[in-house]
Amino acid sequence: MSKMLMIYPDRCTGCRNCELACSFFHDGEFRPHASRIHVTNWELESFSMPTTCQQCDDAPCVGVCPTGAMHAEPEKNRVGWDETKCIGCRMCTLACPFGAVVYESSKRRIVKCDLCDGAPECAAFCPVKALEYVEEIDSARARTKAVAVDFKRTFEEVK
Amino acid sequence: MYGWNGTILRVDLSKRKFKKEPLDARAAERFLGGRGLGSWILYNEADPKADALGPANKLIFAPGPLSGTNAPSAGHYNVVTKSPLTGGIAASSSGGIFGPMLKYAGYDMILFEGRANKPVYLWVNDERVEIRDAADLWGKTVYAATEAIRDATDEEASVACIGPAGERMALLANVINDFSRAAGRSGVGAVMGSKNLKAVAVRGTGAVRVPDARAFREAMLRARDKIRNHPVGGQGLRMYGTDVLVNILNESGGLPTRNFQEGVFATADRVGGETLTKRLLIRPRGCFSCIISCGRGTRVTNPKYAAMGEGPEYESAWAFGPDCGIDDLDAVTKANYLCNEYGIDTISLGSTIACAMELFEKGILSAADTDGVSLTFGNAEAMVEMVRRTAVGEGFGLKLGQGSWRLAEGSGHPEFSMTAKKQEMPAYDPRVLQGIGVNYATSNRGGCHVRGYTTAVEILGNPVKMDPYATEGKAGLSIAFQNLTAALDSTGMCLFATFGLGGDELADLLSAATGVKYTTEEFLRIGERIWNLERLYNLKAGFSSQDDTLPPRLLKEPMPYGPAKGRVNQLDKMLPEYYRLRAWDGKGVPTKEKIGELGL
Repeated sequence: MSKMLMIYPDRCTGCRNCELACSFFHDGEFRPHASRIHVTNWELESFSMPTTCQQCDDAPCVGVCPTGAMHAEPEKNRVGWDETKCIGCRMCTLACPFGAVVYESSKRRIVKCDLCDGAPECAAFCPVKALEYVEEIDSARARTKAVAVDFKRTFEEVK
Repeated sequence: MYGWNGTILRVDLSKRKFKKEPLDARAAERFLGGRGLGSWILYNEADPKADALGPANKLIFAPGPLSGTNAPSAGHYNVVTKSPLTGGIAASSSGGIFGPMLKYAGYDMILFEGRANKPVYLWVNDERVEIRDAADLWGKTVYAATEAIRDATDEEASVACIGPAGERMALLANVINDFSRAAGRSGVGAVMGSKNLKAVAVRGTGAVRVPDARAFREAMLRARDKIRNHPVGGQGLRMYGTDVLVNILNESGGLPTRNFQEGVFATADRVGGETLTKRLLIRPRGCFSCIISCGRGTRVTNPKYAAMGEGPEYESAWAFGPDCGIDDLDAVTKANYLCNEYGIDTISLGSTIACAMELFEKGILSAADTDGVSLTFGNAEAMVEMVRRTAVGEGFGLKLGQGSWRLAEGSGHPEFSMTAKKQEMPAYDPRVLQGIGVNYATSNRGGCHVRGYTTAVEILGNPVKMDPYATEGKAGLSIAFQNLTAALDSTGMCLFATFGLGGDELADLLSAATGVKYTTEEFLRIGERIWNLERLYNLKAGFSSQDDTLPPRLLKEPMPYGPAKGRVNQLDKMLPEYYRLRAWDGKGVPTKEKIGELGL
């Protein structure tokens, strides 16, 4: 089975615990700026949207990579990065439609979500389940259920 | 250093110069950061007798050693200065992301001194610092100034600023960061205005480091679990916000109503958290690193007050609601939005309007005084209009902006000002909560619930329940809360983390973040040190035991009806014990032994 990181912006409180958990897990320090997931906040409208690598099947970053450093890893449900092959050309940064791949020259590395090797910390640390690591086939279940609950309530009021 | 950065940014506004100084590591270990370290530096560098609105006063923005980590709900910083409202020391805490951003930029504190000769703002972009002209920003609301500064600097910048109320040095003016997070109390916004400092904008791309990631992770996970499993910290506050307290306090008979004339408000539920959730809530919001999410993203659709924003939280809903005899939640929410937009303390302004309403109903103020507005209890439109006048600085609003003490005293009736040390008291009647009475009376920043939140024990039963009417043990209870909170406010944590955490967990987190080993006893001792330091500051500023009191209404006028009918606050039974337990003399002065023991 294939898993994915599901994002529910309607639940997000804008607290950015995901960014903290991400940087702490990968680098052992708290540095949201180097997080692989980012939350955009509209403070006055009380809306927040976390964005990160979508681990595309037909990934532009893989397509444009001249050395094969960016590559599909279907067994880990992700697009992987091989540092031994990376030449630091940043083509992946240019190609990614989500802005989710960044090259950090001071550390000669790609900063991109690796799903924490199967147990994403961002989801574990989200206090409101705005991020969940779930089976693909179940990914939309919470949304389906929410619509059903709404319908049920309206239906009962009309009845 | 770990936890701390080791650098203070000192800005001389008069000379338009800044310098980076090493943090005094010994002082940091003894006073942590935020409220404690800020107060220590203010005490040593600025004359407590100096004019709060003059250039000799200093203005400090200080996060703590835990700010910027993912210790649960550790996104706070404190604004520390001399209060122009009380004349004593002020430390106002605020969440959002401003404090952590300052840490990521590489600083433990920004200290402003002097006074700019024209409006300026400070732009801190990691190691690059600029004092910039703010002529175009002067007069702008908090929202407009924040947007404009982000446009001019960086869209990720966190902005702490004053609104028009702070610019004109209204004593109820506050500092607002990240649009709706307030360093709300004691008039710290007026001090910022007096320095011609419109805003501080910060962007930090660096890291906060801990000595041992594994050890920190363990302490952090333990703390998170404690809060998550707590009925208030883990669920209640997210579901209903702090406004859930309206019905709880009303049932206790201690919901101050119509300027503390009564303790029960018949239609209180209309402004309570349950109603707010049903009618206005978009979704809960959280400050940076928060797992509690008490923030309220709200929308008012009623065309008369239509707007979007944050809040109200409990104190604001009470101040513009029951304290003014008002049960119109849309009007209350609109008043709250206006305060965020113009930078005004909601507790103090609501209570000041309630005071004006009582003065008006008693015939002490006439329609000629109130710009022709019929300022009666329950008049929601008049309340919102008075908030607007205070915000823009128009007519009677100019008087309201100076707080209820100056209003009532100026009218010849200071007894109708519901203040302690000239600062308006929050939403817990001391005739019911005897412990909150001794806390209000002794609070170093005047009427305040978050110096020593004995409500947790007296009403909510957290972590244990005590009879609110009892006076026995309440002096000690207040002291325990005051000490714990003073230390907590200095770590960068939010007070609400104590809905789950106590001294043990906080000491563990602090030790794991800094590498300095703190026991629970040492942590609480730091709180006691800070409390005594603030007391010494206030004594030097001219306060005495005469000021450790409550308005006569709460000491002499029995509660007229409700569950607490016939009760008054028995401060005289608790205050001598409070002094004794603090090891202060009969005049409320810390003894030499105590000062020596605390290393002050």
